[in-house]
Amino acid sequence: MRLVYEKSRAGRRAGRLPNPDVERVDVPAALRRQAPARLPELAEPDLVRHFTELSTRNFGIDTGFYPLGSCTMKHNPRANERVVNLPGFRDLHPYQEEDGSQGALEVMWRLQEILKEVTGLHEVTLQPAAGSQGELTGLLLIKALLDAAGERQRVEVLAPDTAHGTNPASVTMAGLELVDVKTDERGNVDVADLESKLSDRTAALMLTNPSTLGLFEEGITELTEAVHSAGGYCYYDGANLNAVCGISRPGDMGFDVVHINLHKTFSQPHGGGGPGGGPVAVRDELAPYLPVPVVARAGDRFVFDADRPASIGRVRGFGGPFGVFVRSYAFIRRYGPALREMSEVAVLNANYLMARLREAYDVPYERACMHEFVASARTLKKEQGITALDVAKRLMDYGFHPPTVYFPLVVPEALMIEPTETEAKETLDEFVDAMLAIAEEAKSSPDLLRAAPNSRPVRRLDEVRATKHPVLRYRFDDHPSSE
Amino acid sequence: MSESYPTDLYYNREHDWARVAQGEATLGITWHAQDALGEVVHFEPPEAGAQIAAGGSYGEVESVKAVSDLISPLSGEILEVNPAVVDAPELINAEPYAGGWLVRIRLSNDAEVDELLGAAAYEAWVAEQ
Repeated sequence: MRLVYEKSRAGRRAGRLPNPDVERVDVPAALRRQAPARLPELAEPDLVRHFTELSTRNFGIDTGFYPLGSCTMKHNPRANERVVNLPGFRDLHPYQEEDGSQGALEVMWRLQEILKEVTGLHEVTLQPAAGSQGELTGLLLIKALLDAAGERQRVEVLAPDTAHGTNPASVTMAGLELVDVKTDERGNVDVADLESKLSDRTAALMLTNPSTLGLFEEGITELTEAVHSAGGYCYYDGANLNAVCGISRPGDMGFDVVHINLHKTFSQPHGGGGPGGGPVAVRDELAPYLPVPVVARAGDRFVFDADRPASIGRVRGFGGPFGVFVRSYAFIRRYGPALREMSEVAVLNANYLMARLREAYDVPYERACMHEFVASARTLKKEQGITALDVAKRLMDYGFHPPTVYFPLVVPEALMIEPTETEAKETLDEFVDAMLAIAEEAKSSPDLLRAAPNSRPVRRLDEVRATKHPVLRYRFDDHPSSE
Repeated sequence: MSESYPTDLYYNREHDWARVAQGEATLGITWHAQDALGEVVHFEPPEAGAQIAAGGSYGEVESVKAVSDLISPLSGEILEVNPAVVDAPELINAEPYAGGWLVRIRLSNDAEVDELLGAAAYEAWVAEQ
């Protein structure tokens, strides 16, 4: 389809502003633009058709199965949208005073209470805007506590080689140093390797559990005890919390800080990169350093409590991503005490997919998985020269969003698959049938896979060129006629 | 080029190779490493004069799939970084053992060479992966 700039014709208008009923004030000549802004000009029907056509090219959880590992693309119940659109929530102003926003503050406070229960920890900040900011906040809290204890030499953060890329990035952003820990042949953190790297320089262990391999750490308490006895703290990356809600709690596993991805675990439309929510829960010891303000209950009132002299300070403006809080709160309350069913079905669905896919794909670890698993196209690559990328692209022809590929790095030709609890068995079966058909095609018609996607508006992209020579804006100079 | 592991090179299990001559070594990544990475789009080199240690990271290569540490097979001092690869990292894919070499070092411990794998042993290691 043509770009909106290519459809533009000078002088076309989609609307007309009324004549102003106030006195005209001209911008001083020196501040005026020398040439009009290069905006597209279209009549209203053409504008509507343009964006409607664009919208039909979107792929989202509302159009198809989206088993993107480590992303938890679950259905977003429409009831959440009804609740968040209640006028008292929707029309709230960020500067509304406390008396006029008691209901909103109560929702935030109740969400904090739920997150304490789910994580098994003592206090919560709702401020961080996403998991990555939650990670940074959590590390800054640990750093503040170590500073206060006169242990500034503790600058090393241990993270396994399967960690999400955000972990090393957060460590660096926090001014700390990353130490890589190996994964053993069962897919667990290599305990001996971890122990050999603990010292009086250890600030923390940063761990995702279940790991990005979709495996629950079999020696989880052994790991946290080893870190604690070396004087370090334990950080739980909650990216995979969807596997354990109501079943096991990071606090009970020995973790001191947890971030929760509200947009993953507790439903939120987030396929386009947001909005997210990355609350952080901490053990008592770290609570004095939480970002201010924290929502607190004072008798039967709810207040923004900013009285925390040792706080690391604000990490985000206002109270945080409020709409995200309301949707997640509504989602959790619909389950009520049965929240563990969410995780149980997520784990069941993933194990069902893994069991059926074993027929045609390598599954590197002989263990039950949690809410996701990593398969490998290793044998397809060796025998047919078909890669994980080819399989992923071919899945698009079958109408599915591809899984995460080439991550974690410890598995060659990785395909990381997360079905979530919200998909029906029929959908899971259709996906498996497509994956099995693709494995057959790899033998019978490999060129079909190498050229895929064959049926989509955009064909195989040149990722190398996109990385090296990204085009980040419309090049007017290349299209003089559209000016 | 197709899969090959020249017999005049030494290898480590992290898929780096070393060509050793007269107290110096040229380092690079193997055919298997560049194949697993896919097309390399960036090489983050060390600085000339830097000391590097066997088993330690001396730089990074980035492909569209991943960023990977370069693990040095040997210890020594960086004498030279291959400027051609800095400008055109795809050379690593095209000629991993020739134009795609990464750095040249002066060895600080010749004995480390004995710890490395020969071509046959390395090829067996790759087959296990």
